[in-house]
Amino acid sequence: MITPDHLTSTAPTGGGASPAPAVELRGITKAYPGVVANDDIDLSVYAGEVHGLLGENGAGKSTLMSILSGMVQPDAGTIRVGGQEVSITSPRKALELGIGTVYQHLTLVPTLTVLENLMMGSGSALLDFGGARARFDELVATLGARIDPNAVASTLSLGELQQVEIVKALWRETRILVLDEPTSMLTPQGVTELQGVMQRLKDSGIAIIFITHKLHEAIEIGDRVSILKAGRRVGGIEPDELRARTPDELKTRIIDTMFGEGAAQLAGVAEMEVHTEEGGHHRELSGEVALELIDLSVDGGADEASVHDMTLSVHRGEILGIAGVDGNGQRQLAQAIAGQRPISGGDIRLEGSSIRKLGVPDRQRRGIGYVTDDRLHEGTVLDMSVAMNIVLKRIGERPFWRRGAIRQQEIDAFARDLVQRYEVRTPSVETNIGTLSGGNIQKVLLARELAFDPKLILYNKPTYGLDVKTASFVRSQIREQAEQGITVIVISTELDELVALCDRIAVMSSGRLTGVVDNGAGAHARVGELMLA
Amino acid sequence: MSNLLTEPVLTALVAGALLAMVPLMFAALGESISERAGVLNIGLEGMMLFGAYAGFNGALYIHSSWIGLLLGAFGGMLAALVMVVLCVWMRLDQIVVGVGLFLFAEGVTSLLHGAQFGDSYPRIDHVSEIEVPLLSKIPVLGESVFHQHPIVYVGIAAVFLVHWMLRRTSAGLNLRAAGETPSALDAAGVDVTRTRTLAVLACGALAGIGGAYLSIIAAGSFTPMMTQGVGFIGIVLAMLARGKVMWVIALSFLFGISLSISTALQLAGVNISTDVIQMLPYVTVIAVLLLFARRSYLPSALALPYFRGER
Repeated sequence: MITPDHLTSTAPTGGGASPAPAVELRGITKAYPGVVANDDIDLSVYAGEVHGLLGENGAGKSTLMSILSGMVQPDAGTIRVGGQEVSITSPRKALELGIGTVYQHLTLVPTLTVLENLMMGSGSALLDFGGARARFDELVATLGARIDPNAVASTLSLGELQQVEIVKALWRETRILVLDEPTSMLTPQGVTELQGVMQRLKDSGIAIIFITHKLHEAIEIGDRVSILKAGRRVGGIEPDELRARTPDELKTRIIDTMFGEGAAQLAGVAEMEVHTEEGGHHRELSGEVALELIDLSVDGGADEASVHDMTLSVHRGEILGIAGVDGNGQRQLAQAIAGQRPISGGDIRLEGSSIRKLGVPDRQRRGIGYVTDDRLHEGTVLDMSVAMNIVLKRIGERPFWRRGAIRQQEIDAFARDLVQRYEVRTPSVETNIGTLSGGNIQKVLLARELAFDPKLILYNKPTYGLDVKTASFVRSQIREQAEQGITVIVISTELDELVALCDRIAVMSSGRLTGVVDNGAGAHARVGELMLA
Repeated sequence: MSNLLTEPVLTALVAGALLAMVPLMFAALGESISERAGVLNIGLEGMMLFGAYAGFNGALYIHSSWIGLLLGAFGGMLAALVMVVLCVWMRLDQIVVGVGLFLFAEGVTSLLHGAQFGDSYPRIDHVSEIEVPLLSKIPVLGESVFHQHPIVYVGIAAVFLVHWMLRRTSAGLNLRAAGETPSALDAAGVDVTRTRTLAVLACGALAGIGGAYLSIIAAGSFTPMMTQGVGFIGIVLAMLARGKVMWVIALSFLFGISLSISTALQLAGVNISTDVIQMLPYVTVIAVLLLFARRSYLPSALALPYFRGER
């Protein structure tokens, strides 16, 4: 289907014998009740090329991808694959057309082995383990990956799982690969590996659609970039321009396109992106210890990571980062400090007194706030209003409740004030929180913790999945809190973010504290080493 | 108590256990299939009742236990079809529909039976059993295990077949995926609705055979509500088996023993109130649940209707 000259020619801009795009979208429109997710989008993707699709959360990237993979049907518009007009009515149809998709959320069945996951939908009545193994070895060699085909999926690391997802997307003669936010859960090393994989796929003539909300990734990895905003394609960068300009020029242009002329100037590109220069700020640390962990152990059981003998002091007004590859006990540690999980040994002290035996409400009253990484399940009740979610941790307390009855007016007024202060974009405080974008939900969670004079706030992946603008808002909030003397602990898998924010960075590996690094020159590299220790 | 271990007592115990085990085994096997595909079939008992009624009529009028069992399978499938339409196609709540189906089956089969026979309970005689040559001469086991209606051996073979199917065929793989991560199955191009439909229908057929065995072979007649919770115990067994169908055989034999022990004890001349003895299977259920509840494993997407495009 793909001839060699498709492979060598890159940007068929202007005139002559330009090859047909591998996929061509024309006027794609998809409306949901109350929101137009895709509005008249045109997009062309060529073989052997990475097309970066950039946009904030809610810009319509995921809807566009769902349309390509056959999960969602567009209301209007045409799709051409290899020049032929097609309608992608089901995921099966997409696979038959050679479109493979790696979804943002993983789609492997956790209880099946890698090979079983790959054989799903093979069509033959008996499972052909031998044939599947051969195909697996072939693809894994192309990708340069190392995965045990007989491992049960739930035992693999996130990076390995993603590689399996890519193998799965390539399984059936795939010519077009859609990657939805593939870097959002990888370590820096993982991202580099993924870049290598994409390069090899490109070389073999596959067209790649790479969806991301990170500017620098779109610029580094993409051969061509399209920018989506509020469901429309508001701009794009052609290959020639992408090569000719410096990254900073490109970033300025993209931010201006996304947020209006001059936005980049206003906020500063560096602030929009995480600024990665090391040792940006030096703050005097208070001598006062706010939180102390003494030989803290948390038993995660058979299915989860455990925390072993962690001893750590956090000073008042300090921003302490906790770095580590995802799933090394960070979540268990956070829950133990918040009081949501019993500890199996050691002690936790807040301002000198043990809080080990206190439950969640008591710890909250003592001033511990916890912003969970699981916004949609643990953090909010999705079909309750924004206002109710704001007072969720204060049920039964005055002034929001009196003699057991809800005082809606008090709650709404309180919520309106917070919504305004934290720039939450919602039609009203009565709106169900589930209809808001991830960024706005996160702002509500921040407002909820900060509204009640906390002494210490624990953030678990505070900017995970947020667009650049909201992420930057969250980071500036965190800095401001620390200035006011609130102690902040930030758990994050994004090392750049920790280096930009923190005074000190503690590193966890396999549930143990492997070291604490003072932020400054060389911190990045030292944390990286400790992560693998 | 020394006459507890005599041959007639043991034979009665094992034979009775097998008799009680077979309907349980069919039901639990069906439930395992359905649950692995993500459909919690609370209406299992109802499907058994349909099977028992349809099977009894088949055997009574056509004078063949095989036709009866076949009709029982159809009866169960008919009830399963209701479950399929409401829960798999229309995506209603599986628990509500399941409970409704059970109550409906209880009412309808009683009504039909009453309209048909009034207060009389006709019996089916001469159900052909087979004696496995040579093996049936073994003491205790020969008379009990190798002197049964062939459907018993078919049922055990069916468990092995399903076990093999789950591991080695595409259909089995689809089934397992449909119950764990249906969106993954959908993304792989397999129709989740179709997979679940087939699973529930298979469950209905197996439950129907279990019910028909009760009426045709175990009791020889149909009485309203004759399943007496076997379907619900089947649900418990399927959960305890954690989707590993080979466990179904062992677990249903265990429950079979607890059901047949009353007969054996009476034969042995032990004098305990039958009320107490009849409580045994239910006490066993509770005891087993207490001991092994943490061991039970349910597929992640169990009882959740599948909507494409939802996360």
